Amino acid sequence: MSSARKPKLAVWKFASCDGCQLSLLDCEDELLDLAGAVSIANFLEASSAVQPGPYDLSLVEGSITTSHDAERIHKVRRQSKYLVTIGACATAGGIQALRNFADVNDFIAAVYASPQYISTLATSTPISAHVKVDYELRGCPIDKGQLIEVIAAFLAGRKPAVAAHSVCIECKQRGTPCVMVQGTPCLGPVTHAGCGALCPSYRRGCYGCFGPMETPNTAALAREWQALGAISRDIQRAFRTFNAAAEPFRKESTAHGDQDHPG
Amino acid sequence: MATRTIRVDNLARVEGEGALDLHIRDGRITAARLNIFEPPRFFEAMLRGRGYAETPDIVARICGICPIAYQMSAVHAIEQAFGVHVDGQLRALRRLIYCGEWIESHALHVVMLHAPDFLGFSDAIEMASAHGDIVRRALALKKTGNEIMRVVGGREVHPVNVRPGGFHRAPTVAELAPLAEKLREAHETAVALVRWVATLPFPEIERDYEFVALRHPDEYPMNEGRLVSDRGLDIDIAAYDSEFEERHVPHSTALHSVLKRRGAYLVGPLARYALNFDRLPAEVQALAREVGLGPVCRNPFRSIVVRALEIAFACTEALRVIGSYAAPEASALALTPRAGVGYGCTEAPRGICWHRYDFAADGTIRTARIVPPTSQNQPSIEADLVAVATPMLDQPDGAIRHRCEQAIRNYDPCISCSAHFLRLTVHRT
Repeated sequence: MSSARKPKLAVWKFASCDGCQLSLLDCEDELLDLAGAVSIANFLEASSAVQPGPYDLSLVEGSITTSHDAERIHKVRRQSKYLVTIGACATAGGIQALRNFADVNDFIAAVYASPQYISTLATSTPISAHVKVDYELRGCPIDKGQLIEVIAAFLAGRKPAVAAHSVCIECKQRGTPCVMVQGTPCLGPVTHAGCGALCPSYRRGCYGCFGPMETPNTAALAREWQALGAISRDIQRAFRTFNAAAEPFRKESTAHGDQDHPG
Repeated sequence: MATRTIRVDNLARVEGEGALDLHIRDGRITAARLNIFEPPRFFEAMLRGRGYAETPDIVARICGICPIAYQMSAVHAIEQAFGVHVDGQLRALRRLIYCGEWIESHALHVVMLHAPDFLGFSDAIEMASAHGDIVRRALALKKTGNEIMRVVGGREVHPVNVRPGGFHRAPTVAELAPLAEKLREAHETAVALVRWVATLPFPEIERDYEFVALRHPDEYPMNEGRLVSDRGLDIDIAAYDSEFEERHVPHSTALHSVLKRRGAYLVGPLARYALNFDRLPAEVQALAREVGLGPVCRNPFRSIVVRALEIAFACTEALRVIGSYAAPEASALALTPRAGVGYGCTEAPRGICWHRYDFAADGTIRTARIVPPTSQNQPSIEADLVAVATPMLDQPDGAIRHRCEQAIRNYDPCISCSAHFLRLTVHRT
């Protein structure tokens, strides 16, 4: 391996809260080592020094909600050897994809006095709806341990070691008693692992911020929730949050009526 | 006529995306605009029809840097609407987690985003080559703030433990104990940081702000208080709309807030400090005096010193809460939804974050309004740009551009919160 050139890392932001790119700055113990191993070539939130592309690895935060951003993501793709999405917005459209279930003009009018100044698309879509994505890292927000693993894996040219099972497995691994058994509705059985089963360890049900696991049985879980007393509205709200546009969650939420946005 | 145009397309080291436009005609600035074209995400519209219990989780997503501010303003508003008041250890725990957010957010801004400006570096990593010890210690300080968020809230970004009425699970005394050791070290680091940032070279400028912040009878304000200013404002948070007004301007997807009678005002560390200096512990006051800061600071560039002082205060305050902590009997008070309106206003690291919710009888939100700190500061930011650029119009565009970018970073603007994007354009005619 040549020592002449450090791999170039870029971080890009689309519609988002900044929390996933902040996770990179939250790697307090690893940050200076990372900066030694890669050239942080484009990370506007952290640095005013911007190096031109191409980039070896682009981390993309946020979803596509404007026509300007729909063009910009293609420019990012063209300059990037690998493109990895970080977080629920980039991977599934994020909380702002709730507009996909409503009339966006009604949303604009609810917030802005002069709707003519606002230019936005009717939907919030994940990056994969626009360009080829090499890897999708889940979570709202992402887990910083997984982020370091994904960066290391791509720079080493190997597959990231990120488990694809459900949150249930993580509860069992850490020995957390099942909250469903104690009567608390939980999305853990259908939710992608990664958080370390955080919510059940705080005695609340998982709220699905890592999005659907592979082939989740959402209908069976919805029946379990009903048995615990949840009504259609509760089930719909639960599936319609930070990963509302991820297909299995979208489908399950739609099966429970459309009363989320009476406005 | 000569037109001069200075442009910053993408403002760096701010949270979110914005640009800046400066128009100069005949040696005079005719317009200074902070353009925020962060794609709007419509939280207030998305909240309609949602349940009160899920509200703290949803509003956290407005901002990955200050999620606790949104969660705290929301839970206080919900509790007010349902007629419940959280007190005792649960209230203290809320103060503790807010200390965590102040520490991590301020440490991020002071060292990673703001300090490089004064020393001519493009970022903290580059700065680490010359000031490695300061960057490493500041990262440790930030980590301690995040540690509070993790222990009390579950994780640093979008904590999961806050709920209306209290917490899902109150931490044990044993869980908080290891934080105390780290906080003592963090406090030492913060004091050293105050002394270091006070030596940075500051442009001499005094601005005639109207300061607006919360004021509490005996605490430096976080979660509760009346809304006051240094020009006679003294109102209940519920009366916000009678004194303040949000305006929608064409160049920003963040609404501009103004005082109806007097226009621009300032929220955030400078305002909080000036209006509540007497509420700071004596040792923090003494530290301020030691580094040459009076009880009022009107130099926006010196806000970095006030932020560092607030980190030192937050470490002391967190230690106080941990020292007198006993696990509460219940981790949350029971709430019974009812129809009505509730208000919440708390001190986010960047200033007051005001919420209003109108609930249906079953606890479903009918309407929501959220006023984040950065949108309130936009008119003051634009006035600062005029103030800092005017004395240097004979200088090259690059110098003006750099100083204007700095003037924006003084605010630690959270554009993600206020809507989001910075680009600086200077037009000279």
